[in-house]
Amino acid sequence: MTLRKYLVLAGITVFSPTGDALLARGMKEIGGISLHNFHSLILAILNPWVAGGIVLLLTFFASYMSALSWADLTYVLPATSLGYVLVALIARFGFHETISPARWAGIALITAGVGFVAAGPSVTTAGAPHPDPIPQEAKP
Amino acid sequence: MSDAYAWLAIALITLAATTGDVLLAYSMKRVGDVGELWKHRGLLAVIARVLRTPTFFLGLVAMAVAFYSLLFGLSWGNLSLVVPASASLTFVANAVAARLLLHEQVGRRRWIAAILVAGGVVLMAA
Repeated sequence: MTLRKYLVLAGITVFSPTGDALLARGMKEIGGISLHNFHSLILAILNPWVAGGIVLLLTFFASYMSALSWADLTYVLPATSLGYVLVALIARFGFHETISPARWAGIALITAGVGFVAAGPSVTTAGAPHPDPIPQEAKP
Repeated sequence: MSDAYAWLAIALITLAATTGDVLLAYSMKRVGDVGELWKHRGLLAVIARVLRTPTFFLGLVAMAVAFYSLLFGLSWGNLSLVVPASASLTFVANAVAARLLLHEQVGRRRWIAAILVAGGVVLMAA
């Protein structure tokens, strides 16, 4: 694990919850969607908050794809789960949603999972080999 | 009623996101370390190689389904319920799917992490 790889994991952690928070802000503006006004789900991307959320989630996606290219899925997901705490803090202080003590405890348990994987190996499988392998030696 | 809609969305997100995660993880392992590839061949080579991986697009479709389910869920439920509940359930489903389909070695550390998250989900739904 290099500094670059830790930065990619940090990017996944930050961009996913902030993107979700912007989406939530936008969807609350649009209001409840049901089968009667289903088309408004398609038009939702025109809302600036939803659009901003999508930009952040695209950045998250690029970081996520990068991480999955060199680490296991079962490493990347828990290693970046500190994002759930960020979601709770945004929900509590950004949207003034009430978070019960039980829900706080749930968030704490989820976060505890980070410690158990972060100290373990990041990759346990090579995956299917690509027909055109990447050269491992440095350029002269 | 809005709670039933929120949990329906959570179930849809979990199913679609797990399918997407497994397909994308498989695709990116096949592409190889993008950092190394970028360094040796350039960004265009990275993009070209990703775009030539068919399972990547299947993964994208699954993720798009998960995304619209998320929008649907967020219009009915609280951010602090829908996002962590669906993400945590996806995490547990992913641990099982990664073990069975991607043959990742899900050792004790990773199972403990999965159990902690599962416990967290129960508390969040309380």
